[in-house]
Amino acid sequence: MSIKNALCAATALTLLSAASVHAETITIATVNNGDMIRMQGYTDDFTAKTGHTVEWVTLEENVLRQRVTTDISTKGGAFDIMTIGMYETPIWGANGWLVPLNDLSEEYDAADILPAMAGGLSHDGTLYAAPFYGESSMVMYRTDLMAKAGLEMPDAPTWEFIREAAAAMTDRDNEINGICLRGKAGWGEGGAFITAMSNSFGARWFDMDWNAQFDTEEWANTLNFYKDMMDASGPPGYATNGFNENLSLFQQGKCGMWIDATVAASFVTNPNDSTVADSVGFALAPDTGLGKRSNWLWAWALAIPAGTQKEAAAKEFIEWATSKSYIELVAAKEGWANVPPGARTSLYETPEYQAVPFAKMTLDSILSADPNNSTVEPSPYVGIQFAAIPEFAGIATEVSQEFSAAYAGQQTVEEALAKAQALTNDAMEAAGYR
Amino acid sequence: MARAVTTNRKMINTAVAWLIGLLIFFPILWTILTSFKTEAQAIADPPIFLFFDWTLENYSVVQERSDYMRFLWNSIFLAGGSTILGLIIAVPAAWSMAFVPSKRTKDILLWMLSTKMLPAVGVLYPIYLLFIQLGLLDSRIGLTIVLMLINLPIIVWMLYTYFKEIPGEILEAARMDGAGLKEELLYILTPMAIPGIASTMLLNFILAWNEAFWTLNLTAVNAAPLTAFIASYSSPEGLFFAKLSAASTMAIAPILILGWFSQKQLVRGLTFGAVK
Amino acid sequence: MATQQSRSAARIMMAPAVFLLLGWMLIPLCMTLFFSFKKYLPLRGDSMANGLEWVGFANYVRFVSSSSFWPSIQTTLIIVGGVLVITIVLGIALAILLDQPMWGQGVVRILVIAPFFVMPTVSALVWKNMFMDPVNGILAHLWKFFGAEPIQWLSQASLPSLVMIVSWQWLPFATLILLTAIQSLDSEQLEAAEMDGAPVHKRFFFIVLPHLARAITIVTLIQTIFLLAIFAEIFVTTGGAFGTKTLSYLIFQRVLESQNVGLGSAGGVYAIILANIVAIFLMRIVGKNLDA
Repeated sequence: MSIKNALCAATALTLLSAASVHAETITIATVNNGDMIRMQGYTDDFTAKTGHTVEWVTLEENVLRQRVTTDISTKGGAFDIMTIGMYETPIWGANGWLVPLNDLSEEYDAADILPAMAGGLSHDGTLYAAPFYGESSMVMYRTDLMAKAGLEMPDAPTWEFIREAAAAMTDRDNEINGICLRGKAGWGEGGAFITAMSNSFGARWFDMDWNAQFDTEEWANTLNFYKDMMDASGPPGYATNGFNENLSLFQQGKCGMWIDATVAASFVTNPNDSTVADSVGFALAPDTGLGKRSNWLWAWALAIPAGTQKEAAAKEFIEWATSKSYIELVAAKEGWANVPPGARTSLYETPEYQAVPFAKMTLDSILSADPNNSTVEPSPYVGIQFAAIPEFAGIATEVSQEFSAAYAGQQTVEEALAKAQALTNDAMEAAGYR
Repeated sequence: MARAVTTNRKMINTAVAWLIGLLIFFPILWTILTSFKTEAQAIADPPIFLFFDWTLENYSVVQERSDYMRFLWNSIFLAGGSTILGLIIAVPAAWSMAFVPSKRTKDILLWMLSTKMLPAVGVLYPIYLLFIQLGLLDSRIGLTIVLMLINLPIIVWMLYTYFKEIPGEILEAARMDGAGLKEELLYILTPMAIPGIASTMLLNFILAWNEAFWTLNLTAVNAAPLTAFIASYSSPEGLFFAKLSAASTMAIAPILILGWFSQKQLVRGLTFGAVK
Repeated sequence: MATQQSRSAARIMMAPAVFLLLGWMLIPLCMTLFFSFKKYLPLRGDSMANGLEWVGFANYVRFVSSSSFWPSIQTTLIIVGGVLVITIVLGIALAILLDQPMWGQGVVRILVIAPFFVMPTVSALVWKNMFMDPVNGILAHLWKFFGAEPIQWLSQASLPSLVMIVSWQWLPFATLILLTAIQSLDSEQLEAAEMDGAPVHKRFFFIVLPHLARAITIVTLIQTIFLLAIFAEIFVTTGGAFGTKTLSYLIFQRVLESQNVGLGSAGGVYAIILANIVAIFLMRIVGKNLDA
């Protein structure tokens, strides 16, 4: 009934505004994450305000990447807005493939975007994509299991503590795994996790001359630590677990700790989906005392491919979807815990949002991530869980496939690192870096 | 069958066959059952077979999120269109191969089949660029042509094997009576080959319906069929087995029903000339 | 029987199919060949409009010298071979079973051919999430029920799992073709052999199997064509990890994940060569069965 009313209102408004503004239909490619699906549900609000209608192309993350990359690099023009991340934006922006977003309206208040997010979505100081939501990573843990194990989680734990706590919480008979971490192949899955983790162990992808660093002790330490801990306290088949698999496990109460994206906090504390909603605590991602923590920085952002005929309408949509008023709309309808997090400073100054249990830790995690200075030793690349060069996605996917094979016991850690070293150097040579 | 069969033997046959049949069908059955569960019941330990609270919630969620009918209509248009287009082109070709064979007929046939071996991923860029040039991106027409071309070799080959089984004397008799090429094709050959043509159409329809590379990569909104519909449910955040099952059931139900109704035809016709 | 006139008519009637397929083959093939000799990195700003740099055979050399190349050929052959063997052996068994008198034959037949109607993406998703998941999958529950440690299908038995999924999809096709062939078997011949006291296995190997030779050939040929190109199943289940990277998946990684169109195109040319080797091999070994 209410939908019908809204639709009627929308149609009426469409007719009204169509007289003054040219109404367009824009095509948006997006990922099937919870926040985006929620946004689709509010499309009527956008149509009512502007008169433009929206066609959604919702795809699973891997398919989306493949689809939008093909389209933009061939200038196919199939989409007016693409949902991309912090990795793609600076590279595509540098190629001149995206419409600069430096002329957004006054009321949009672009200065309100968290500096870390704006920085990661810019090239040469120009914003090329507006963050829909942003994230870092942090520890999510079961307060009840921690108490049972007689331990207390510090706000900023070390990896050593995490390993001990994981061992203490593991209860194989009751299918409780002390820790769940990503092991799935793919640069955005296990690849992102292990890269962020390696930063805290003092490792880096490349030295200043773009030589691969997988033959270093730091990488061996990272991988051995990860594998030993997961073999002892991780879930079965962790080598194929990504974000989503771990989320299910945690929601079913099968994980003691889970170190992953901060956006997961709203899912694991949502009593509709999670059986452990009322006993989740949060802490910063662990470190080893070398000065870098193992948290990453990421944003899902909306960008306009250069050459689209509907640039003006697309900009209106981006202003609507990433605005303060959209956040308020979601907060009013579904509660503050469900608004898209991590994009705007003002959100974290809202008293209602400060009352949300994971808000502070999310902000602290985001603020402690620095893409320009992510490794202990100097590195030539920007990015924490990735290196913002075009070749990285391909290389890191292959590297993480070697790592996953090591997690599954198909090869040793040494073999995996040796292969990673060889294939990275080979690819960098092909691309002309070395 | 003239062999006398004891009831005992028949019972054993029946039991074994049903057991195996159900085993093979089980993944589909399980998907359909799961689509009526809640997300929590879908991953319950131990698994629940029938005694759960049947719900249509997943279907309404899926329907609310995506316009199923549009995807369905595109699937029907693409599979149907490419099948009809393919037949129009393949029937004359198969006819001439079957009734006016030359030394190269077999080579041509095998060459046609070999075009199917072109790895799709390797030619995505060329085809994508071509489609942009021709303005065919995200158009039903463009995709229909691609699907037709992909399956054309199989259609030609299947039809060829059917036509070959039609005795040449009938044609000669017709020619004596003064039937021209057109009459021969329309009034004699086609009716005789109807069962073959029907099963060719069925097979081609199924193959086109299930094609998931080009249909995903050359479409956005207007031409996107059910394969793209599935791609939006494949691994979202949170629990999703039940919703995925509902979407999967919606994607395969039409073709499954079509297949079941026409399975006799399919069984009879899928010979590729294997029966002599 | 063919006159000059009908010959030329035949040519005209064949022309559309031949020319269309020729175009469908040649245009992408020429473009692929063209790209394979070029440096074409779209993310580095290379495009047709800017002109592409000629690099000779560098892409070809690099594609083969990659440590993934030979394993990918091996994986391709294992998957194709494994699925062929399983579907043909089980297909014959099922066809013989379905040919026996029983109650509800039609329904059983429907159950058996149903997987053929399921989209590859859907079947891969269902198998991966609802059956092979080491925690929530049905198979894990089954293993636990019998007190065994659940198998981590997609990581520790990745290739067998893939072969299993793909075989499930193609078994109905093989069964259908073999069933029609078996139904055409002359039952009197079998009965005569039975009367002569030929044991079951002899009847099978000397009468049934030779009769099925043509059908087996056709199943092999058609399935090979489709199996060489399988992609969705790998993309959905393992993403090419755990030794499941086939040649076509490797090309996908080069073209789309690494965005190196030149290198991927060189791989495409290799794939075409491999496909043709397999095709020629098939024609030589089994092709004589095709046209008797």
